Amino acid sequence: MPEITYREAVRDALGAVMRKDEDVFIMGEDIAEMGGSMGVTQGLLEEFGAERVRNTPISEMAIVGAGIGAAMAGMRPVVEIMYEDFLTLSLEQIVNQAAKHRYMSGGQIKVPLTIRTQGGAGWSPGAQHAQQLEAWLVHIPGLKVAFPSTPEDVRGMLWSSIYDDNPVIFFEHRLLYPVKGDVPEEIEPIPLGKARVMREGTDVTVIATGPLVHRSLDAAKAAEDDGISVEVIDPRTLQPLDEDALVESVKKTNRVVVAHEAVTRMGFGAEVAAVLQYKAFDYLDAPIERVGAKFAPLAFAPVMEQFVVPHAEDVHAAIKRTVGK
Amino acid sequence: MAKVEKKRALNEERLRDFLREMLLIRRFEERVEERFRAGELPGFLHVAIGQEAVAVGVCQAMEEGDIFASTHRAHGHTLARGSHPNNVMAELYGKLEGISHGYGGSMHLYDIERGNYGANAVIGGGLPAVTGAGLAFKLRDEPRVAVAFFGDGATNIGTFHESLNLAQLWKTKTVFVCENNHWAESTPGWQHSPVWDDMSKRALAYDMRAIKVDGQDVEAVYEAAHEALEHARGGDGPVFLDVETYRMHGHYIGDPQVYRTKEDRENAANHDPIERLRDKLGLADDDFQSFDREATEIVDGALEFAKNGTDPQPEDALKNVYA
Repeated sequence: MPEITYREAVRDALGAVMRKDEDVFIMGEDIAEMGGSMGVTQGLLEEFGAERVRNTPISEMAIVGAGIGAAMAGMRPVVEIMYEDFLTLSLEQIVNQAAKHRYMSGGQIKVPLTIRTQGGAGWSPGAQHAQQLEAWLVHIPGLKVAFPSTPEDVRGMLWSSIYDDNPVIFFEHRLLYPVKGDVPEEIEPIPLGKARVMREGTDVTVIATGPLVHRSLDAAKAAEDDGISVEVIDPRTLQPLDEDALVESVKKTNRVVVAHEAVTRMGFGAEVAAVLQYKAFDYLDAPIERVGAKFAPLAFAPVMEQFVVPHAEDVHAAIKRTVGK
Repeated sequence: MAKVEKKRALNEERLRDFLREMLLIRRFEERVEERFRAGELPGFLHVAIGQEAVAVGVCQAMEEGDIFASTHRAHGHTLARGSHPNNVMAELYGKLEGISHGYGGSMHLYDIERGNYGANAVIGGGLPAVTGAGLAFKLRDEPRVAVAFFGDGATNIGTFHESLNLAQLWKTKTVFVCENNHWAESTPGWQHSPVWDDMSKRALAYDMRAIKVDGQDVEAVYEAAHEALEHARGGDGPVFLDVETYRMHGHYIGDPQVYRTKEDRENAANHDPIERLRDKLGLADDDFQSFDREATEIVDGALEFAKNGTDPQPEDALKNVYA
């Protein structure tokens, strides 16, 4: 099994799909000659040419909206929004248009559009380049939302997202791009809507997304020294959510921590907690713990930024609380 | 400014067909107004009475395979592109037989088979998608064009500017049809745009070809639209069709139009595109009345069809969320 980075895995999926399928093209700000501000699309212009690897003006509404129209006309565009903070500029097109054309038409048309974006704190970009806004999108019927955390998952799920007949918001994370992991020789599509058990355990289930998957795995190791056996699950797709996999794990461990980098309050974790208290109420032995960012924008000064975002230690502390240690 | 060449002179028979189409739209919308006021129709509705020549002129110039996106004032475009009045009326009654099967309503009329990619209730909301569809036609080298209808009010929203810029930059197969009726809901053009009396200046700012046309003259609209469509179809880039027209009624059905002077309303009424074409054709009263009866009968039939349509089941609301 070759080892590649998360960044290479995204590029690998884009290249493979574009080689296979003329209807797939990519567009976004600075993705061509520069290869994207995160270097994800490097080399694709040289291989596929400027018709299929399109630099756009700084026009988030038009980038997403043009993707919608091309998708309605039968293509499978992949558009890139440089930072998920800038998704806010295109929300009208995502929420009112992409998510609703199929519905408002009574099922006459599909919108097979993939919107790639990335974000994440930990490098002091300040308050407008690091937010985690996935909770905004999972709230919208008609959208699918993916947030893979490993090279294998990001590659297999991007493939599936491009071939999904619905609009998919595909979240990548800034700090995960250099993370390495083993991937199969050939791309194996990973279906959307399936969680992955990252580590098996018996005492506490940690349900984590994005970088918190890795931080939770670290926390699980630390908890092992306390004699606590921790299971870590990555839902991978936030919408649709693999509720069965989460419930099954909780029935085994009876204790839950939900962890994400986004602000805790009203976050994705709140929905997970609600699902579990309803579907696994009789199995819960402790209140569900939530770990996420404190309720503040992200400050520039590293010491303040680090104070706001959650770390492995925060997950570890939450694990201990659930077992009363 | 491009001069419209008279290379596709329309014969009298074709113009008579246009008149019948415009009459059908007029009678359809009048009936919709009446039924709405009678409390039969849910939601709220916008009619385009006075703007029929734009819908018919542009839609008749479109070819099979062309697509369009419309606005909240979409009945005319939809009927002019060939959707059956029965299904359009059934949609307004929220029936399964409606062209959006009851999921859309007046502001979200879709008919994909006839290239109707959706009426949009967000001002300017459909413009980026029309740009993208025009891009897809170009990338696939298809002889198709994507047409966007929108009003003068939409020329101040970001999607308009981003779309015009992108379309011209990439030479997408797109035609932007600005139906300038000089009203953005209740706000007159002079209060919302510095170029309200010449919207083609907006296109020139993006180096886009613009054609100005009298929107009450269906023949002129047809010719201008044909030229714009062929320009875009041939890959020569998008065209901005600056159509001057008149909204003879209020923004929505029941709008008391307190913001509008009596003179302005009378002026609009004096620019009726149906009267104009009737005069141009020198149509005898008998002929006109026969066309009118025909339109009224079709609308009667549509109403009957709609009222006898099938109500969706409540739980149908959960279908069609995902493909």
